[in-house]
Amino acid sequence: MSTTVEPTPVTTDEPEPASRLFGAIAIFESAEKLLSAATALKQSGLTKLEAHTPYPVHGIDEALRIAPTRLPWVVLAGALIGAGGAFAMQHWMNGIDYPFLISGKPLMSIPSSIPVTFEVAILLAAFAAFFGVLLFNGLPRLAHPLFRTQVFRRVTSDQFALVAESDDPRFDELRFGVITTEHGATSVESIEQDVSSVAMPTLLKAAGVSLVALALIPPVLIAQARATTSEKPRIHPIQDMDFQAKFKAQTTSPFFDDGRAMRLQISGTVARGDMPIDPAISTGYTSDAPPGPESSQWLDSIPISPTIELMARGRERFNIFCAACHGRGGDGDGIVTVRALELQQGTWVKPISLHDRSVRDQPDGRLFNTITNGVRKMPGYASQIKPEDRWAIVLYLRALQSSRNAQPADVPADVLETLRETN
Amino acid sequence: MSAVPIPTRTPSESLRPPLVDGEQTLSSITETVCSIVERPQTPRAWYIAFAISSSLTLMLFGLIGYLIATGIGVWGNNSPVFWGWPIVNFVFWVGIGHAGTLISAILFLFRQQWRTSINRFAEAMTIFAVTCAGIFPAIHVGRVWLVYWLAPYPNQMAMWPNFRSPLLWDVFAVSTYATVSLLFWYLGMIPDLATLRDRATSRVRQFAYGLFALGWTGSARQWHVLEKAYLLLAALATPLVLSVHTIVSFDFAVSHVPGWHTTIFPPYFVAGAVFSGFAMVVTLLVPARHLFGLKDLITPRHLDVMCRIILATSCMVGYAYATEFFTAWYSGNRFEQFAFLNRMQGPYAWAYWTMVTCNVLIPQLYWFKRFRTSPWLMVGVAICVNIGM
Repeated sequence: MSTTVEPTPVTTDEPEPASRLFGAIAIFESAEKLLSAATALKQSGLTKLEAHTPYPVHGIDEALRIAPTRLPWVVLAGALIGAGGAFAMQHWMNGIDYPFLISGKPLMSIPSSIPVTFEVAILLAAFAAFFGVLLFNGLPRLAHPLFRTQVFRRVTSDQFALVAESDDPRFDELRFGVITTEHGATSVESIEQDVSSVAMPTLLKAAGVSLVALALIPPVLIAQARATTSEKPRIHPIQDMDFQAKFKAQTTSPFFDDGRAMRLQISGTVARGDMPIDPAISTGYTSDAPPGPESSQWLDSIPISPTIELMARGRERFNIFCAACHGRGGDGDGIVTVRALELQQGTWVKPISLHDRSVRDQPDGRLFNTITNGVRKMPGYASQIKPEDRWAIVLYLRALQSSRNAQPADVPADVLETLRETN
Repeated sequence: MSAVPIPTRTPSESLRPPLVDGEQTLSSITETVCSIVERPQTPRAWYIAFAISSSLTLMLFGLIGYLIATGIGVWGNNSPVFWGWPIVNFVFWVGIGHAGTLISAILFLFRQQWRTSINRFAEAMTIFAVTCAGIFPAIHVGRVWLVYWLAPYPNQMAMWPNFRSPLLWDVFAVSTYATVSLLFWYLGMIPDLATLRDRATSRVRQFAYGLFALGWTGSARQWHVLEKAYLLLAALATPLVLSVHTIVSFDFAVSHVPGWHTTIFPPYFVAGAVFSGFAMVVTLLVPARHLFGLKDLITPRHLDVMCRIILATSCMVGYAYATEFFTAWYSGNRFEQFAFLNRMQGPYAWAYWTMVTCNVLIPQLYWFKRFRTSPWLMVGVAICVNIGM
């Protein structure tokens, strides 16, 4: 950049107050003439000299002393970032953040991450090359003083131009004209640069402002939707399987002759899971209807033989079905309870501790009935848990209660001795 | 008019036919190429051709709408094991696209100067072919409105895609391929758009071409950077094009299905892609060259060279077919053997023998010079290849 202020030269065209001299352009008919002129001008000390050609001319880089571009390094950086990023992304996503077990394959396998790593490396390298061209060439630049000259319009088709800029301290339009003409320039002209500040048309301004305003509407709506809660159900543009065509129970259907949507049980058949077993095992009581709380008709013991397998099964089922509310230890501190109380959900009833005396004193059959049919807010689990598994849970529940409330008398004498020694 | 002679012959090529025919200068070539888009009156034939292709396109959109509304059973995809029709189309179109990248990138690296007459044309074909290819896997997922689930984006399900699945590799390979093809095409076109901008006479054309030429001035520094970038992109696109069809072949080869689980698939698919792509270039180029008066720029030499490439890749594909049978026999695996015998004699025997005839036998006609010099015979063979693939 030259710091000296150039006096505005008077040009032959009608003088426009809002323009200044940008430089001079010389037109050549062949690349050879352009090359010799460029070499001569460079030797004369011009630094701000540029050649414009319809195709890349061999030897022009040397004539104008253009340093090799750093673009390859940018592209290499793009490739490395792409490869490293893609490799790390796959291993973090499938191996760490959401371990994805597929047929026992290792979570972090190098061979299967090669394709994506390679593709992303190429992608980022290609972006680096493309945007590197734009960046290093100062593009897009839609307005350029050269575009205001008539002679330049042939330069992208079949002519060759040398342009010297006026803010070069060694710039001398007359000398530029002499040297280029000596080397065969067919015409030499000066280039004016428009420096007047033209206001943008009001229409364009208004259109721009309204476009920006309109573009802001969707993000504002999204931000509002994210920040507030709504009582209405969410909008369902694509329904997937959420709403299916179906017949509900107790409705009519034109499909069957009897006009009912529900089918009656075919006589002489037994539905799955309805195989008759001892009613006491499937209900937990010996009377026809559930007896009162203090009744003696509750089964007093578990009607199937308590094995260690049944105990293990009971623990598993308890942890699956019961622990969410009752807690693994049965204290009534399951994650659902904790969360519901945190949310100040007024309707939530905290389950009573299973170690409470009122629960411990219930007969086995009554506990079984509670699992089957529910109590207070607790729903029945008859449809989720099979009768044997419900008895297994009762067994495990008894073990849980004993773990906190056992008396020395409950333990066999020889085991008691060992316990005393180990504690 | 300038009278700059075009450097048609380099010393090493003095024994070969020139790259362009006739007495060509820079301005005559610019004139020939630009006059196609600068015609003041669009020819009636163009409108007719456009009307036909746009009605077919409209039919395509209508059928896609029907397909999405009904489900992919329309395609016959009634089993979760096979992809059937969509993957056949997907592989076909991706393969077509590969010839464009091969011409623009690989031949550029090998300094095959004849490519310059046809590379932009072939690159444009690539972009349209990849667009066509993308339709099929996107729709085949069944619920096309959820196709964005393939992208690894943070979501409310707190899940990530399975990066060990070849179908996900496909997503990355094909989208990278489409993007890089587009960048490569556009980057090479910037100086040409500037030529059109500076030749434009109406304000609209000046504005439109000016916008897309990005203010290119053809300065030595701009050319320096552009040439370097073009070389680098060619060097990037070359392994990319090989990787894309390799990954497409993984869709089959990584599965355990007899007849697919084989290591020959990647090279076999790449050779087949180049083969079908070049046949498509010939199919499109011969009429285009005829209709747009480009016979001096796309000379019989260009067509001859492309026929030779088709012949060479046809032999590679034929060799791959033979190798599959050898592998099936040599493996001693009954299921593998059955898959191939059934292909030859089973319900799809007609398709198999059409493929062998069109892909291996008919292209052998290119050994005869007459089939490489007569444009219409050449197109006939190329169309057979398109059918066979």
